[in-house]
Amino acid sequence: MVNRVVVGAHYGLRDWLFQRVTAVVMAIGSVTLAAYLLWQSDMGYDRWTGLFSSQPVRAFALLFLISLFFHAWVGIRDIVMDYVKPAAVRLAIHIVVVLALMMYSIWSVQILWGM
Amino acid sequence: MKFRIYRYNPETDAAPRMQTYDLNIESGGKMLLDALVLLKEQDDSLSLRKSCREGVCGSDAMNINGRNGLACITPLSSLKEPVELRPLPGLPVIRDLIVDMTQFFKQYHSIKPYLINNDPPPETERLQSPAQREHLNGLYECILCGCCTTSCPSFWWNPDKFVGPAGLLQAYRFIADTRDQATSERLDDLEDPYRLFRCHTIMNCVDVCPKELNPTEAIGHIKDLMIKRMV
Repeated sequence: MVNRVVVGAHYGLRDWLFQRVTAVVMAIGSVTLAAYLLWQSDMGYDRWTGLFSSQPVRAFALLFLISLFFHAWVGIRDIVMDYVKPAAVRLAIHIVVVLALMMYSIWSVQILWGM
Repeated sequence: MKFRIYRYNPETDAAPRMQTYDLNIESGGKMLLDALVLLKEQDDSLSLRKSCREGVCGSDAMNINGRNGLACITPLSSLKEPVELRPLPGLPVIRDLIVDMTQFFKQYHSIKPYLINNDPPPETERLQSPAQREHLNGLYECILCGCCTTSCPSFWWNPDKFVGPAGLLQAYRFIADTRDQATSERLDDLEDPYRLFRCHTIMNCVDVCPKELNPTEAIGHIKDLMIKRMV
């Protein structure tokens, strides 16, 4: 048998970097929202819809959610890499997770611009 | 002093067991290895590795009260009784406190732990400036005892694919060496999702290293170089 060394999936760095960048986006988003909620004492339905009727808020909320989905993808894939060894099961989980995250992305747009 | 020591001979025992030992020893000024040598006189079936008995060879790495360390430089007075001794976690047990380090050394060899330089050898040594030499401090001192790598959960889950902290510290030792010419190949080799990027910076390695080295920092330097190269 030929002694092969299977190396070449060079996306380790890219995924790691993605997770860092998306984490920064989510940190900024969370802190900003938390500060806003502390500052605005009475958050009723009108305030919430008023807040999300602004286009920049919607755009940043979408950026936040997409970051969350990418971050979750790398994180879930990492867990699967550690604990799920059979290739078929792993692939099935990958597909389900990716499809679910894609659905969530579409759903997010629908929610944010449908308000 | 009371000891509870992991006993297992895979050839004869169905399962590992913990054996209790009582040893009459003054703990002042003595190391754990001194006690183990006396215990072995009591019961010569107890198996362990040892050699230099001064923290240089790395043979007597074991799990001491739940924490990896070298028996020869662990003062008895620092240990809570009963002292619980187990083999290094995550590696196959050969007997009692002796583990099979094959996988550990396979990963170490995979990072090509030697200088790669294709220039013809000079008449004298390949020289470095003191500043260049300074970069190797904190890297070259590793004694390959395996305390860090076997305390790393990422290595437990993927010992065949994740290089582990000891191997990655050595990878950076050669990347940081100005006399080495294979930096790019070395970075290529570590860029996949497993070999380096299974590290999630939990720093168990830094916590246990008996030589007080910092593999996490070395891994961070490798990531920095990868990013610099990419952008």
